[in-house]
Amino acid sequence: MATTLLLGTRKGTVILERNNNGWQARDILHAGVPVCYAARDPRDGTLWASLDHGHWGPKLSRSRDNGATWEDVLSLKYPKGARHIVQYLPTPDFDPMAPAGQPEYKDAKVYKIWNIAFGAASQPGRLYAGTIPGGLFISDDGGDTWELNRPLWNHASRGGDLFNGEATSENHWGGTPASIDYGVFEPGIHSIVVDPRDPNHLYVAVSSAGVLESRDGGETWVVRNKGMRMDYLPDPEAEWGHDPHFVTACPGQPDHLWQQNHCGVFYSSDGAKTWKKVSQPDVAVHFGFPIAADANDGRCAWVVPARADSERMSIGGGLFVARTSDGGESWQTLRKGLPQQHAYDIVYRHALDAAGDCVCFGSTTGNVYLSEDRGDSWQCLGNHFPPVYSVRFG
Amino acid sequence: MPNVEMTSHLYRFFPQLEHLAIRVPTGSVAEVLRAVDAIAPGFTDYILDEHGALRRHVRLSINNALVVDRKTLSDHVPEDGTLFIFQALSGG
Repeated sequence: MATTLLLGTRKGTVILERNNNGWQARDILHAGVPVCYAARDPRDGTLWASLDHGHWGPKLSRSRDNGATWEDVLSLKYPKGARHIVQYLPTPDFDPMAPAGQPEYKDAKVYKIWNIAFGAASQPGRLYAGTIPGGLFISDDGGDTWELNRPLWNHASRGGDLFNGEATSENHWGGTPASIDYGVFEPGIHSIVVDPRDPNHLYVAVSSAGVLESRDGGETWVVRNKGMRMDYLPDPEAEWGHDPHFVTACPGQPDHLWQQNHCGVFYSSDGAKTWKKVSQPDVAVHFGFPIAADANDGRCAWVVPARADSERMSIGGGLFVARTSDGGESWQTLRKGLPQQHAYDIVYRHALDAAGDCVCFGSTTGNVYLSEDRGDSWQCLGNHFPPVYSVRFG
Repeated sequence: MPNVEMTSHLYRFFPQLEHLAIRVPTGSVAEVLRAVDAIAPGFTDYILDEHGALRRHVRLSINNALVVDRKTLSDHVPEDGTLFIFQALSGG
């Protein structure tokens, strides 16, 4: 049974702990500072929070004493010479078939550290972080120093090696609306999956490009978007331009990957070689942001569906979680203990997690719900948290 | 030697600067900020991005004049001047 929850919220980091009286929240940490992601490194217990200071820039914060004290980690920066091709938010007269104009280039800087992932047990000190504008950073010393993964940054799909001139400048990575808060429209890496069987086997997911896989520790990357379909470009099966909202894998069966995409729920049982759309709009399983995979059964996953672009809130005023136990062939909607009237919650991509029989999610309305029976029933852990950006057991 | 004054919000992250009369050698804004960073390591990471440009929501002034060069911070802080560090107003 999980006993600790970490919330990244609009106003700080919240730690909830389970004791004899149930789940209790500790006093908020990083009070007043937006925390877009918080998680515990399962290898050494270090707590990590990605701070999204409005004024002072993105920062990592680390605690080695279970949250009693925190230290800034200021070393995650783009190296000199890192550039990217500037993206612009499409205007109403945007024509995706029109010939591309001359690319514009920009020196890269970190707008947001969107996700933190931990290496395998066999690689102590290995950490990963995904950013807007779409850089994967790797540390091998527990986060003291970070390096940009250049093979991904310089990937042909992004225009090639812009450190050394203009390369091909053929860019297939689109921006994410999550970057608009920073006055830009650039891609972001929000999902990083490390294969527990092989620490050199990695996946990242990019909004808006798709999924990439590396089998050599990040030296080379290949696109893994086969079977994914989108509904906002003329060719729904184009190689690039997909918008995974979150991608995760079953730790016990890592070839089973799950993806909540802008255009539906997708499942792969062959290590992302092919994806299959498993949305079921008739039970409202289609749009959403987060997805969680079961620890052992690769066919089992949870989503928190929402109404797509037109509303972006719960469907019909009722909040529910959907669960599949058969690889998306069928979905059960789970509502017991969740509000079914006047609920307008939206759950962000990192704000759903599963650990054993426990499943937890938090919404931007500040509600946090927990199930200890795989989603069959839910208890409320609080209605007055700040807007929740991430939920992780740890 | 110029003075440096700053929004009190920064003292949360750099308590060693609170109650300190910060006086550093005259020079460009970039040089003055580096001198503050020597007193409080990490300080410039809060004010500047990785290219040394002023962060979007930070404002600097020398006495009553807003710093114009936000990219390379070449404005000169005179011997009797004060560099003020403000945060832009924001909501939420």
